[in-house]
Amino acid sequence: MTLRGSRFWALMSLFLIALPFALPSDYYLGIATHALVLAILALSLDILIGQGGMTSLGHAVYLGLPAYAAAWTMQNANWPPELAIPFAIAMGTAVSALFAVLSLRARGLGFLMITLALGQVMWGAAYRWVGLTGGDNGIRIPVRPPVLGIDISSVRSFYVVVALALMVALVCIWHLERSPFGACLRGTKDQPKRMNMLGHDVWSIRFLAFVFAGFWGSIAGVLYVFDYLYVSPSSLSLPQSAEALLMVVLGGAGTLTGPVVGAIIITVIKTVVSSYVDRWYSLLGLTFIIVVSVMPRGLVPGLKAWFAPKEGGAR
Amino acid sequence: MFTLSRRDVFKTGIGVSALALTGRAVRADEPLRIGFLTVKTGPLAAGGIQMEQGMLTWLKLNNNKIGGRTVELMVADTNGVPATTRTKTAELVERQKAHLLIGPLAAFEALAVADYTESHHMPTMGLAAFDEGTQKGAQKYFARPTASAGQASHAMAAYCYSELKMRRMAVIADDFAYGHQQTSAFLRVFEDMGGKIVQKILPPLNAPDYGTYISQIKTDLDGIFMGFAGSNGFRFTKAFFEYGLGGKIPLTGGLTAMDEAILQQTGEDAVGIMTANYYSAAYDNAANKAFVAQMNKDYKADPGYYASGPAICGAVLDAAITKLGGKVDDPDLLINTIRSNVVENTIRGPVKFDAYGQAIGNIYIRKVERKAGHNVNTVIKTYENVSQFWTYDPVEFMKNPTYSRDWPVAKNLEN
Repeated sequence: MTLRGSRFWALMSLFLIALPFALPSDYYLGIATHALVLAILALSLDILIGQGGMTSLGHAVYLGLPAYAAAWTMQNANWPPELAIPFAIAMGTAVSALFAVLSLRARGLGFLMITLALGQVMWGAAYRWVGLTGGDNGIRIPVRPPVLGIDISSVRSFYVVVALALMVALVCIWHLERSPFGACLRGTKDQPKRMNMLGHDVWSIRFLAFVFAGFWGSIAGVLYVFDYLYVSPSSLSLPQSAEALLMVVLGGAGTLTGPVVGAIIITVIKTVVSSYVDRWYSLLGLTFIIVVSVMPRGLVPGLKAWFAPKEGGAR
Repeated sequence: MFTLSRRDVFKTGIGVSALALTGRAVRADEPLRIGFLTVKTGPLAAGGIQMEQGMLTWLKLNNNKIGGRTVELMVADTNGVPATTRTKTAELVERQKAHLLIGPLAAFEALAVADYTESHHMPTMGLAAFDEGTQKGAQKYFARPTASAGQASHAMAAYCYSELKMRRMAVIADDFAYGHQQTSAFLRVFEDMGGKIVQKILPPLNAPDYGTYISQIKTDLDGIFMGFAGSNGFRFTKAFFEYGLGGKIPLTGGLTAMDEAILQQTGEDAVGIMTANYYSAAYDNAANKAFVAQMNKDYKADPGYYASGPAICGAVLDAAITKLGGKVDDPDLLINTIRSNVVENTIRGPVKFDAYGQAIGNIYIRKVERKAGHNVNTVIKTYENVSQFWTYDPVEFMKNPTYSRDWPVAKNLEN
């Protein structure tokens, strides 16, 4: 297990280091950066789905809200990024705590609907509260500001920031999964009643998982606004939430690589393939249908099962 | 690739004449690469597809040449999502090495890419009608040959006051920036002339039914100004007639309230509605007649707001690039030529630009007429050389807030 674990980290690091050298131009590296930012978002959502069994349709809140918070404080209140970034992450995390209290009253479909509704509330606020958010027009950041004196304005330097953030996110989530808390969380997914009977506080476990997911989502949100230098209601919208969910399900919920793979595939279809294929939406749908019908657990677990040595094939 | 080879020639120190020769030879072969940002998927796709049709039709009529150079049109679908618009713009600029951009369609998309195009010195022909683009947020590499959101409303207000002798009016518009800017521009000119806006109704953009809003409308009005986008002008007019108000209060509107795209489906209800626009499919000049005929032939539709914009861009670019002898490698020279040129024969008539990159041109007051079962926006009055600032001084104008939901304040509302 440890051997396979270290192999995973070596491959992941190698992949992230090789990417800037393998891609032909800054344009493609820019797309890779977009994909990795969304990969962090998908990973954070997977804490809820893969580990906690809580399917949320409002996860774009943690992308859009910190993005707005960072953009607003930097553009309208002239805060330095060193202050705006922690504030935005804290705000996203605090809102996730509040929304956890509201949505954890229900399970399953009810939970899905409450997160959807909360997401729509935030979207509506961003769209309608023009004085604060600029409404439809959003908030622009003219140039990517240096953080802690480090210039991250170039595509390459910002890629390094995002790749490092992704590695830290992966390590943290990996540790979470392996910790007793992670085991408890999976327990609440599979057998909530037994967990309760064994003396575990199911609600608190779910609450902590929700806030942890909100925290990592908020980091993705801050990276998102530094990446695009623009935030508008679309980053808080239902399609954005659904896209994150799609990334998790496509790649494989409950795995570390799954959400990353899902994010990369969807970003590539959306940005690269769509330049060659007019009906790329249909292609996206088709990809999803094929993956779900051939590999119901997602691409990564599906491919693993495919290539794994067949155990006891003769039996 | 081209600039590289030219630089190599420089370095090796070959004579000036040889340089000019190679330069010209390469230039003649190389197409003019135009990045075209439109929306082909999602809720804004209807307008985006018309936009592409307008561009293709204009190119077809001009043998796919602009300024003597063959055009390579690179169409990008932005999905109407700002983040995608940004990625697609980067693709057109960095990977496909566009010489210039046309688009994008929506104001929020234009805002999302404004800093990018500006920092990459990318000449951009804007089409989205938002006031910021050529006022307080004016940019060096931007030119909009169509209109700002308020530009046509100013003229409509003057027409309502002076020609139609209206004094008490209501405004109704979609509750988003484009609707606000149209109605605020109307309100400002109308009230400055002495009229009164006594009612302001702002239904949400996707209002399922206009009944509740129509029932609020006062009955003692001289007219109503509509600031609708998309198909909302059609939906409102239909409901207006269903509630029996049709013909009782005259309807007027801004850029897209009675667009050619919805004109036919509105049917006889549309007859008599007066709107202001920089263009009409019924505008009578040779360029427009050929354009409309080709659009009718290829797409069985009259061009409207979305289709006309790219065709005007085509003519403006053609004039500028012809003047430059086909040379488009210097973005500063290109945008300055575009903005300093006067183009006489676009499909909207003559076009020139102000110091902020916004076209000054005719604004037409159009009245819907029904001819052989077909609705047309007949031009009944032309306001010539209309600036985005109307008759106000640009500097004084921009000291005020940009037109919005809250500015100018409607002082005469009666509720």
